[in-house]
Amino acid sequence: MKMQKLLVASLFCVGAQLASAQQVNGAGSSFIFPVLSKWAGTYQQETKEQINYQSIGSGGGIRQIIQGTVDFAATDAPLTAQELKENNLVQFPVIVGGVIPTHNIKGIKPNELRLDGETLAQVFAAKITFWDDARIKTLNPGLALPHKAITVVHRADGSGSTWMLTNYLSKVSNDWAKEIGSDKSVKWPKGVGAKGNEGVANYIKRIDGSIGYVELAYVLHNNMSSVSLKNAAGNFVSPTLDNLKAAAGNADWAGTEGMAVVLTNQPGATSWPITGATFGLMRLKNTADVNAKIKTFFSWSWRQGAQQAVDLAYVPLPLNVVEKIESNWKSQ
Amino acid sequence: MKFNEFKQNAANSRRMGDVIFQAVTKACALFLLVLVFAIGWQLVVSAMPAIKAFGWDFLLNESWDPVMGEFGAAASIWGTVVSSLIALIIAVPVSLGVAIFLTQIAPNFMRRPVGIAVELLAAIPSIIYGFWGLFVLTPWLAEYVQPWIYEAFGNWPVVGVLFQGPPMGIGLFSAGLVLSIMVIPFMASILIDLFNTVPTQLKEASYGLGSTRFEMISKVVIPYARVGIVGSFMLGLGRALGETMAVTFVIGNAHILSPSIFEPGTTIASTLANEFSEASGGLYVSSLLYLGLVLFLLTFVVLICARLMLWRLTYQAGGKR
Repeated sequence: MKMQKLLVASLFCVGAQLASAQQVNGAGSSFIFPVLSKWAGTYQQETKEQINYQSIGSGGGIRQIIQGTVDFAATDAPLTAQELKENNLVQFPVIVGGVIPTHNIKGIKPNELRLDGETLAQVFAAKITFWDDARIKTLNPGLALPHKAITVVHRADGSGSTWMLTNYLSKVSNDWAKEIGSDKSVKWPKGVGAKGNEGVANYIKRIDGSIGYVELAYVLHNNMSSVSLKNAAGNFVSPTLDNLKAAAGNADWAGTEGMAVVLTNQPGATSWPITGATFGLMRLKNTADVNAKIKTFFSWSWRQGAQQAVDLAYVPLPLNVVEKIESNWKSQ
Repeated sequence: MKFNEFKQNAANSRRMGDVIFQAVTKACALFLLVLVFAIGWQLVVSAMPAIKAFGWDFLLNESWDPVMGEFGAAASIWGTVVSSLIALIIAVPVSLGVAIFLTQIAPNFMRRPVGIAVELLAAIPSIIYGFWGLFVLTPWLAEYVQPWIYEAFGNWPVVGVLFQGPPMGIGLFSAGLVLSIMVIPFMASILIDLFNTVPTQLKEASYGLGSTRFEMISKVVIPYARVGIVGSFMLGLGRALGETMAVTFVIGNAHILSPSIFEPGTTIASTLANEFSEASGGLYVSSLLYLGLVLFLLTFVVLICARLMLWRLTYQAGGKR
């Protein structure tokens, strides 16, 4: 089974190399795959230009762009300015998304349950083990919380969602930063792991008293019970497209080298705290022709594809950010 | 003269054909051997950084912490072995029963349709079993089976610890159950073929001596086929050890070593499937490949055990004669 997986992966690499003469090839983040394939499809209909994207995971995408087997890559965790310089890569944000903690407590409606960062960290770290814990009760004076054990549902596969959530929890909780830290997969003290967003959504629905985290699209499409989170400004906000957009709009894109802005815990009265961008990577020294094609494709996507992104529950980049990227490109 | 020459030529070319045929088949066989060694070698080379960093402790360390870069295989090995054992404990009697019924007891008109159904089941892709396990089996287990087992055995000394934990339907037990359902048709179809090779004369002779049907099966059919029976169990075990997708769906994928079979766990194969694509950093990837090497060796050891058992059985059979 494992060998099969390796074989398939290597076949993809070979395929990507063979095809690179006609089309532009990309690989990486699975988070961005739905919107990117939608864009690529429409773009091909309108311009006859083919953009090919393999959703092999951010790690795989980075490996392949460094080896030069693909023309662009997408990653959920931005590379640092130094990593970019070492590997001769150009980085730019592509799209914004969010990670939403969702629960299954009978009788509590979506966004009724209020949590702050520290409490959320203690729930995920299994330090708070029952829903009627005093720390949760003080945040929710009006709610009838049951005495029910908490089951944490997390991603079993390495994922950008886990990275985004743990990045946020590390920012708001010292204990979390010290004991667990932030990565695409971490050492969960307790709980069950499920594969993909759909797996996590399924487990949450199934297990009474569970809490997990999924992308916004899954919350909207599956009617899941999201929580309200206290953001950096001290307000309790619910996960809506507008609140995610606020987080992206309030970030300091211009002042960050490599545009490597991590959108978690951003300022702003309505900013959703667990927001993140997926980043595109290009080679600095690719054939000028190919890089031009990539740039045209993304410029088109950000403008013409914005509505498609919204339909899929992604947040399109604010226009001022798009313009900033394009002026950066011109100066390179 | 001409005729002789012709004969000679024909013989030469036939010999030539034989030589080529032999060379080709030999190359095929050697290719497999080379492939096995190449895979093993490649695994060792790529796992080297992790082998150097963790050594043998890797096998005993329960921690799997990508953030701190600390990796151990104990939880994965435990989950692999326990889920496969649960699968075998269920699958061995059931597949034996299926095969005995179909070959010795069932009326003739039933044999072919049921036999074909068994083979069809054996051909279903594992991901289908995974989906079925996740959407159908585990909710049912959580609702009815696990609470009942917990009520019945949870308070027993020693054994009780096996059945602790919240009834989620997700965990080692569910993984073992799905695995058993996957390997039953696989093992049963081998056993059916096997039992069909038992000569009718032997069976009739044993009836002639006044055996009951049970005595005939237990004293003639099973001893006659025992080498193959053990072989089929080992093949089933081999399949269970390496099964990936179906297990990933229902095992809960937690790097936790727990004595309870109702708690979530993980297996080597499902850890690899889950984490390989997003693994970054040399030590992480290398540790995953080290895990792969462990699975490779584990399967190898199972095969060797199977061989040894087969030798012993054939030796015993020879000694009795």
